[in-house]
Formats: sequence, structure tokens, C-alpha cells
Amino acid sequence: MNDTASLLADDPWWLIAFKAVCVFGFLVVITLFNIVFERRVVARMQHRIGPNRHGPFGSLQSLADGVKLAFKEDLTPSTADKVVFFLAPVISTAPAFLAFAVIPFGPEVSIFGERTTLQLADFPVGVLYVLAIASVGIYGIVLAGWSSGSTYPLLGGLRSSAQMISYEVAMGLSFVAVFLVAGSMSTSQIVAEQSDWWYGVILFPSFAIYLVAMVGETNRAPFDLPEAEGELVGGFHTEYSSLKFALFFLAEYINMVNVSALATTLFLGGWRAPWPISLWDGANEGWWPLLWWIAKVVILIFVFVWLRGTLPRLRYDQFMKLGWKGLIPVSLAWIVLLATVLTVRRETDIDTRTLLFTFAGILVVGLLLSFVWDAVAARKEATKLEVRTAPRQRDAFSGGFPVPPLPGQSLDEPARQPAHSGAAAPDAGTTGPDTAQEGDRG
Amino acid sequence: MSSSMYDARPAGADDPFEQTPLGDAADEGASEGRVFTVSGSDWDVVGSSDPDSHIGEERIVVNMGPQHPSTHGVLRLILEMEGETVTETRLGIGYLHTGIEKNAEYRNWTQGVTFVTRMDYLAPFFNEAAYVLGVERLLGISDQIPERANVIRVMLMELNRVSSHLVCLATGGMELGALTVMTIGFRERELILDIFEAVTGLRMNHAYFRPGGVAQDLPSGATELIRRNVDLVRSRLHEYEDLCNENYIFKKRTVGVGYLDLTGCMALGITGPILRATGLPHDLRKSQPYCGYETYDFDVATWDTSDAYGRFRIRLEEMKQSLRIVDQCLERLAPGPVMVEDKKIAWPAQLALGGDGLGNSLDHIRHIMGESMEALIHHFKLVTEGFRVPPGQVYTAIESPRGELGCHLVSDGGTRPYRVHFRDPSFTNLQSAPAMTEGGQVADVIAAVASIDPVMGGVDR
Repeated sequence: MNDTASLLADDPWWLIAFKAVCVFGFLVVITLFNIVFERRVVARMQHRIGPNRHGPFGSLQSLADGVKLAFKEDLTPSTADKVVFFLAPVISTAPAFLAFAVIPFGPEVSIFGERTTLQLADFPVGVLYVLAIASVGIYGIVLAGWSSGSTYPLLGGLRSSAQMISYEVAMGLSFVAVFLVAGSMSTSQIVAEQSDWWYGVILFPSFAIYLVAMVGETNRAPFDLPEAEGELVGGFHTEYSSLKFALFFLAEYINMVNVSALATTLFLGGWRAPWPISLWDGANEGWWPLLWWIAKVVILIFVFVWLRGTLPRLRYDQFMKLGWKGLIPVSLAWIVLLATVLTVRRETDIDTRTLLFTFAGILVVGLLLSFVWDAVAARKEATKLEVRTAPRQRDAFSGGFPVPPLPGQSLDEPARQPAHSGAAAPDAGTTGPDTAQEGDRG
Repeated sequence: MSSSMYDARPAGADDPFEQTPLGDAADEGASEGRVFTVSGSDWDVVGSSDPDSHIGEERIVVNMGPQHPSTHGVLRLILEMEGETVTETRLGIGYLHTGIEKNAEYRNWTQGVTFVTRMDYLAPFFNEAAYVLGVERLLGISDQIPERANVIRVMLMELNRVSSHLVCLATGGMELGALTVMTIGFRERELILDIFEAVTGLRMNHAYFRPGGVAQDLPSGATELIRRNVDLVRSRLHEYEDLCNENYIFKKRTVGVGYLDLTGCMALGITGPILRATGLPHDLRKSQPYCGYETYDFDVATWDTSDAYGRFRIRLEEMKQSLRIVDQCLERLAPGPVMVEDKKIAWPAQLALGGDGLGNSLDHIRHIMGESMEALIHHFKLVTEGFRVPPGQVYTAIESPRGELGCHLVSDGGTRPYRVHFRDPSFTNLQSAPAMTEGGQVADVIAAVASIDPVMGGVDR
């Protein structure tokens, strides 16, 4: 049991309750903030102003929207499975809140005279808990799609189940590197291990994979296939309205915060101050770290918004290909490499510098080989292209329908067939349209 | 799943399908299996009554539209799907039928412009142009159209081409999920609509082209406004290229999607950017010039991939070429009349901006009410009855943003058209949708239909 865990174990019940309420409140408030933030930022990117009517800078816009949503008519389609239809938004939202229990917001502080850390709970397998909880959330979406009894939600639900399962694999693999280096799955322990270097720097490939996977996991653009409004109207929540829809909305935004908080914890040093600030001794003590932590999370949320303002949506199969053929193999290779380095370092007395140079050398050779490969492939492609370029002569009928010649082409005029070559050509005038067609084809 | 859902119907006496017993079928040589006799299109029955085959088990019929975010206007797509793959695409149209062609038979020749401008609502000037060119040809006054009127027509049509392509790119981008492409597209379109508003008084449905010329001259300050806005649009066109041309995801979604080669285009009568994306530089402005297009300097954009990406690139290039033509128009605008000399044809209204908006000029009213009885009679006859058009028929075709926009006019010698028919490119091009989309994925259907750029107002008329 580490320090944080023992400190948390001492918490009186009222402090635990207080923290739980604070975490819940924080999530609701940051969701309200995120909606306005997203709309304002994306508006800026699209040369608009965005909501600015309610409250200062439009900050109360999402509150107004929430109230409006609550007062909308709550429709249940007649073909829906009523019980599941009702439960699905709950199943989707509850885990979103639960995942936050293990996220460390800050170091040891004193709350009402009680020494504790800014964290609700600390498990030895905290990160696995987050993964497990996130998987439960998927059920909400799948069940919503299935229970609506309608085609678009069904397709949306199918897509999202496939998508989230595949990206959860990539996500989990990106964590493995962190576990290997940190030697722990406890979130507080992982943050503590990052006091010198953030894992986002030394485990950069894992971080990059996680960044992609977290966008896929939260169904956000450019991976927002389950609710692709251009194709599936609203996807799994097409048939939902009023508060049930609001719950899905809430879950999506909380999940954004969840994955951002997890990225902060695992890769960006958690609540630890970023470099120039960390030179100040008091930066990592008291309540200040809460500020750094929130700043990091908001920056990650900004990345979400930025992606949405920039990129079109991927197609379903392309998205799956990226996950299974891109992220997962790269992740596996990286883990093998990392494990090798760690083992060699522990078992032998080769120093790190030699090791790094060896791998750098292998990397350079690999890159060179890939360049050579590309060059060869390009030459092959060029020869293929030459073959492919249109012939100067073109048979106008080659496609089955007469076409004009393209610029630079001349028509390969088919020799006009003698009138008597057709089967019934001599008496074509009397045999009717069937024979005439035969003649045309011949 | 299937057994519980589809076996519920008892295979009883009221089975709507006559099932030929196997022995008989074998005797008659029909070895394909079950024979269906279906009349009507009751999909519930087709889907639920055949537990043996895979019909109804793996096939989903998705009814996309007429109210769907991505079907332009009220297009209805009936997709049969297996998983994410579309096996059959059918189109349902007619949800925006307004009877424009029939209505035009009950109004005089000049009033027809007011109807046809509402057909393809993204390209109103092209509808007007096709119609008035037809009327002028029937009247035999094609040569008498003043130079200034022709230049104004060309200029407005080319600006309209830009605004129409901008909507295509914007909505196409939105359907692919690129929201910023949408907002910048509508931003630039607004600049062009400002020009239209300044010139015609309306942002769409202008009724500005009239048989014999245009309704009124450009207002003062219009050329400066056009120059300024055109420069602004041109300076921003690169943003679309920056956002999309080499965008990895955008290319993945459009390259090779919605493929239709030259043969397919020819067989289906496809024109416009879809045809030019096959590499054929077919453009009526070059091959069959009208309104003096032969005197302008511009290139016909082509691409050789026959896919949605090629059509996107062609539209980008066409916008540049259109702005090039607008520049030439601005240089050519010389003072002069904008309506034919013949007072028996020229609409007598002398429009002027009064305190209560645009209307007949007070000078004109004074002239007809207080000075000249003949002028009043002329005015009365032309406005109430209209001019007579010699009997005959004519087909005029122009290059609209979507392809060949043709207008077939028949006159019986009266003051109203006997028949007005439009060959709208949206309608013809739309029939390529099944050829482009079957065998692809749902997402490809969206990209392909967006690249066809159908406008339902033009399809249904």
C-alpha cells in the first residue's frame, strides 16, 4: 500500500462523501463549461461568434439548453423495447461518472483540518478499473441502438459497439507501456513516477496511440461514426428526446473529460506543474496542482474541438482499418521493443547510452530501407501509370455504349459492316424491331 | 433474431405469394427456386414472408429521406443494405413538385421568368437565361439584345455559378463531417448574394432576366461592389484547397467513390462536372456559345478520375474560371441600353427606387398618365396581355453549374406559352446515383450523391 492509499484509507466518512459530491459537481460543471467552450472555440475557427447572449461570454448557454431539453416532450417509439429504451441512457451515463473516482486531482492537502489527497479512491489497479467502467458505458449505446426498434439507431449501435471495442484494445495496449515503466497500475503511483519526465515524452508512441484511441473511444469527430449525422441522422440516439437524450449528451461530454483526465494522469504528469512553472518550489504543493491539472484537461478538450473544426469524418471500414491494422500492430511492436530495452537494462550492465544508440541505429537503418522500398514502389507505380495512360486510339464502343473521343484521342472507327452480314438484314424492313436491334449489336 | 421476428406470420392460407411446388417448377424449367408474384410494393410482406431465404434476415431497407440531413432538399433514397454495404439504391423524387411548367402556360411570356427562376433555386439566373434565350429565339430578336444586357447576363450567371458551386462544396463538406468547409462556403456565398441583392433586389428568385434584356440597369455603385466582393472571394478560394485538396481523410472519402466513367455518363445522359470529371471537356459555353461566351477567355476544367474527388476539384477550378469571366465582364461594361429597342416587346416598366421600395418610376407614370395616350395604351396592352410570339418551337441549352440546362418552348402564336419544358441537369444526373452507389457503403452513398449535387427544386419542378 503506497502513501496515497494509506492516506486515503484514513479519510472519515464525511470527507469521502464530500469528495464524491465535489467530483460529481465538478463533472457537471465542467460539462456545462465544455459545451460553451466547444461552441465558442469552433465558432472562432469557423469565423463565427458563437453563443454570446446568456451570461458573460455566453457562459450560461448550456444551462439554458439543458433546461430547454428537460422541458421537451419525451417520446418513446411504439416499436421500442420500453424497459431497455429507458435504461440505456442511464447505463451510458452512470459509468461516465464512476470512472472519475480514481483520478488524482492533486497532492496532499488539508480539508477541514483533515490531511488527505485530492483523490476519491486509489486502487492498486486503478487504470484497469477505468477501462472496465468505460466498457460498461458502451452497453448503454449498444442497447439504445437496439431497443429503439428503428434502422438508423440499429446501425449506429452496431457501429459504435464495433468501434469502441476495437479502440479499447488499442487504448489498453497504449497503457501497457506505462505500466511497464511505472511498475504500477495505481493512478497516484503513476503520477508520482512522472516527477522527472512525463510519460508523454519518454513513451511518446504510446501517447500518440492513446490520443487517437481516445477520440475513437468517445465517438468524437473525425471518428463520430455512430452518430454520423450525414448518414445515420443521429445514430444510436435518433429516437431519443428530452432528458433521455440529455443523458447521452452528458455522457459524451463527461467521457471526453474522462479520457482527457486519464491522458493527463498517465502521460502528462497528472497534477504536476509543467516545466517552466515546476522550477518554482511551491508549484507542486497545496492547492496549486489542481490548477495545472484543470489546465491540462482543458487543453486536451481544446484538441477535441480543434479536430472537430478541421477534419471530415472517416468511413466505417477505414476507421476499423486504422484501428486494427494501424494502431494495434504499432502498439504491439512498441511494447515488445520497450520490454526488450527494460529487460536488457535490468539483466545486463550495458549502459543506457549504448542501448539508445543501438536502437537509434536500427531505426535509421529501418527508415533508410523504407525509403528505398518507397523509391522502388514509386518506380513500379510509374511504369504501371505509363501502361495505364489512355491509348491514342479509342474504340468508341469498347464500353458498350458509344462515346466521343477524349482530347488527344482519335476514334478507332469500326469498319462499317456490310448490310447483308446480319442474320435477317435483307428483309430488315419487315422483321420488326427485334432484328433491327440484332443488326445494331453485330 | 430472424426466427422470432419473421416466423411469427403463420404460413397459412392467406399467404400473399403463390408458391409454385418444386415439382411443377422443375417441369417448367424454372430452377431458380421460389417464384414470387408480387403486386404493389408492400415491403413488410416481402420482408416477412420468406423464412427460407436470406431475404429479411440480412437485408435491411433503409429509407433515407425525404427528411434527412444529407439528402439535398427532399430527395428520398431507398437503400437495400447488407450490413454496411448497399446492394440496391432506388430514388424517390417528386416531393418538391410545384407545377411550374404547367403554371407557365397560364401566364404571359414575360411572367414565365418569375416561375422558372424558382426551379433550380441555387442557380436562378441559369433558369431565367435558358428561358429568355428560348423566347428571344422564337421572337427572332436574338441579335438585337443590347451588348450591355448580354454582359450583365454573363456576369450574373458566372457569379451564380460560383455561389452554386459554393453551396455544393459546403453541403458536401458538411455531409462528410467537415463543418468548417460548410461555414466558409456559406460565408463566401453571402458575398455573392449581396451582389445579387444589390443588382436585382433579391437574394434568390430574382426574375431579373427578361425576354429582350434585363429588368433594369445595374444600380450605381454596383461595379465597385462586385469588384470588391469578387476580389474577396478570390482571395479566400485557397482555403477550400488548403482544407480539402490534400486532406488525408477527405481523399479517403472521395477518391474512387461515386465512380462513373465516360461510357456510363454517355449512356445516362450525364453532363456537367460529373461528365468533365471523366476527362471529356464538354462545356456548352465553348461548344455551343450563347450570350457572347465565345468572346470570353476561360478554360474548361477537367479531371481524369471519374470520381467524387475529381468533381470536387473541377468545381474548385470552375469557380476560379468564373471569377475570371466576371473580371472580363466588368471591363466590358459600357454604358448603353439593357433592353431591346422594340417597344412592342420591351417591358414598359421603368423601375426606380422610391420611398416605398422598387417600383415604377414617377417619370414613367407621369408620362403615361398625363402626357401620352398612346404610351398608356401600350403600357396597358403589354402589361395585361403581353406580347405575341410567333408560332413554333425551340430548344435552347446553356451550361448551368450542374450541366446542360435545356428549355423547350412551344408557341401557338399567342401571348402565353403553349408548352414550357425544362431539361434540368439535376434530374438527369440524379439517375446516375444507383450506378455510382450500389456495392459501396452507406457513407459512400452520401459522398456520391453530394458529388452529383442535385437540387430538388430543379429535379421536380
